[in-house]
Amino acid sequence: MSVKTYRRKLDIANGHIDLSHGAGGRAMAQLIADVFHKALDNAWLRQGNDQAAFDVAGGRMVMTTDSYVISPLFFPGGDIGSLAVHGTINDVAMGGAKPLYLSASFIIEEGFPLADLKRIAESMGAASRAAGVPVITGDTKVVERGKGDGVFISTTGIGVAPPGLELSAEKARPGDRVIVSGSIGDHGVAVMSRRQNLSFDTEIVSDSAPLHELVAAMIEAGGAGLRVMRDPTRGGLAATLNELAQRSDVGFRLEEAMLPVKPGVAAACELLGLDPLNVANEGKLVAVVAPDAAEAILAAMRAHPLGREAAIIGEVVADARRFVLMTTEFGGGRIIDWLSGEQLPRIC
Amino acid sequence: MKYIDEYRDAKLARSLAAAIARAADPAASYYFMEFCGGHTHAISRYGIEDLLPDNVHLVHGPGCPVCVLPVGRIDAAIRLAARPEVTLCTYGDLMRVPGSKGTSLMSARAAGADIRMVYSTLDAVRIAAAEPARQVVFFAIGFETTTPPTALAIRLAAQKGLANFTIFCNHVLTPSAIQNILESPDVRELGRVRIDGFIGPAHVSTVIGTDPYAFFAQEFAKPVVVAGFEPLDVLLGVLMLIRQVNDGRHEVENEYGRAVRPGGNERAKAEVAEFFELRKSFEWRGLGFVPYSGLRLKEKYAAYDAERRFGVEDISASDNPACECGAILRGVKKPADCKLFGTVCTPDTPMGSCMVSAEGACAAHWTYGRFRDEVRKAS
Amino acid sequence: MCLAIPAQVTALLPDGMARVTLEGVSKDVSIALVEGVAVGDYVVVHVGFALSKIDPEEAQQTLALLAEAAALVAADL
Repeated sequence: MSVKTYRRKLDIANGHIDLSHGAGGRAMAQLIADVFHKALDNAWLRQGNDQAAFDVAGGRMVMTTDSYVISPLFFPGGDIGSLAVHGTINDVAMGGAKPLYLSASFIIEEGFPLADLKRIAESMGAASRAAGVPVITGDTKVVERGKGDGVFISTTGIGVAPPGLELSAEKARPGDRVIVSGSIGDHGVAVMSRRQNLSFDTEIVSDSAPLHELVAAMIEAGGAGLRVMRDPTRGGLAATLNELAQRSDVGFRLEEAMLPVKPGVAAACELLGLDPLNVANEGKLVAVVAPDAAEAILAAMRAHPLGREAAIIGEVVADARRFVLMTTEFGGGRIIDWLSGEQLPRIC
Repeated sequence: MKYIDEYRDAKLARSLAAAIARAADPAASYYFMEFCGGHTHAISRYGIEDLLPDNVHLVHGPGCPVCVLPVGRIDAAIRLAARPEVTLCTYGDLMRVPGSKGTSLMSARAAGADIRMVYSTLDAVRIAAAEPARQVVFFAIGFETTTPPTALAIRLAAQKGLANFTIFCNHVLTPSAIQNILESPDVRELGRVRIDGFIGPAHVSTVIGTDPYAFFAQEFAKPVVVAGFEPLDVLLGVLMLIRQVNDGRHEVENEYGRAVRPGGNERAKAEVAEFFELRKSFEWRGLGFVPYSGLRLKEKYAAYDAERRFGVEDISASDNPACECGAILRGVKKPADCKLFGTVCTPDTPMGSCMVSAEGACAAHWTYGRFRDEVRKAS
Repeated sequence: MCLAIPAQVTALLPDGMARVTLEGVSKDVSIALVEGVAVGDYVVVHVGFALSKIDPEEAQQTLALLAEAAALVAADL
């Protein structure tokens, strides 16, 4: 005989997170079931365990971890949820690996609106399904009001790398070409436009996107010629190229005329006094490739929706000073350096 | 982007560079000083030096308002911000300028002071209106371009009847800086700094016009060309200066006619005149005390003056002894001449203000141009 | 800090403000310091304030000077 249990429904529309939602009791179980499991639904989550089990695929495993503290939580082109899914997938994919599974833990502040939490969870679910990478395990904690800015999300991503592929930041060599998958600076500008003290209107949306299928196409077209891939998030393309220069002990020479920048991004940067090279991206990658593989890889990228504007922007050179230099559209030269200090906090 | 892209045309730039090379007398050398942070930045960012012939030199002067702020005033701002009732509002550039003993507004904020970055003076007024319990102090710096916005903020605060809004006034005047340099021993007697002409500041001139420079052109017999700060403006300005020098002329010319009128912006000047008066003397980093070069609020508006309200003491402090910001601001030395440049002093760990502000000569050189140092050393 | 950029006025707003737009990016700035601003004018914007109106004729003259200087060189080549 089944016992009918009465359970008051969560008031998603008007309710808020309270400390009971993190206490480990029925309220927390209900929150997890009604918000997270519902949005992220898959076979593992339906089992309701604290862990998820899966068979290990043959080959090299790749693991990454990330945290998302972005402010504001909702921005043109995405939110903290979709960003967490895309960003973690991308970190796995930059190693050349196929992403398989994600985990997600939430630290939520007391008083956070349930409607917003649902929106974030659904966004994560949609991003996860579209990318074909499920969130198979998670955790929930609640902290007192004032001790956590809305919600923070931490993730782990697991993937498997194809045999023989060894991408690494130390592998750039003089003569290699530098390819960027599309326009730079979109994400940072989209987020900045929602910051209260800057408040400008723009049609620019974040480029937040999962890049694993683009990467798969690149590997198929010329995996042997791929040296290293990175997604230039905080610090922008400038930070990424300088890191690679340091690790590989080389220099870079770029052509400003080849850099893809949307006019709206260029204009927003002018207005704010920023350089698109220092602005975060969340759906772009930069790849260093052997010269004889460059054309094939570029063609494969351009054939993919996320790589239509891919371009070769420069090359690797021998340089003991490890400078990243750029020829301006003018013919003059300038250094591309890390930006010092905090351009804008909490952009990812 | 209209009125921007046309003045960044690469093809025209190359032609202008050729025209400059043709106009410059190979037997002579030309030294032109600019003192506008926007010019310092544009020259570095576009690599304009690479386009000029070897005998045409650009010298950076004291055009960066962050850079010329003396250490003592930063210390005073930090002391103000440390007061529990004060919310200090500042432009972003000032956050990392070193004060005495390795302090800065950024480290003060990390230690708990309520310091907030604003894009505009109006944001500071908004904060004051929204938080009546806070004493909002706006850290006002800048040349004539930035002073009218501060004046308008006070007018707005007065209109709203705000009793909790004051400014910490560090506004300075461009012509005083020019005069100070031209009369300095470095220039007049010792010949340490060669100046054949001036590239006049772009946006300061939209406010003060071109008339104020006539005095310098005549008195010191130096040509002045006011130039916009797109790269083609700078190149055309240099060409016009070379022609003047070759012709033996010393006039004021206006390359930036699209934004600068001879009389400047009368309304902006009137706003400034309403609220501010000259200080007898004001300290500039690198130049020392310069007479009639700084502004303060008139007695009538004392209620909006943070110095009066909080009894701010003027305690002069010195730079790190090895820091060459002063000499660099006067054009006597170049960033690469400073022993601290690139080692102890970098944008991440600045020792002096020239390295902090994006318009500072050292920051510009580090960020865009230091790759040329090796080439120069080798040649 | 010295950043000043020419942008087009796309709307006049109350309290001495206006909306300026540059390549689809819009910002509200004060026009209290410039007289006779109309929609369609270009103004130079600095720290949230318009400081000056761009004079299209002067702009043309400057472009003509640039072209002239360039032509002199080309003619000799």
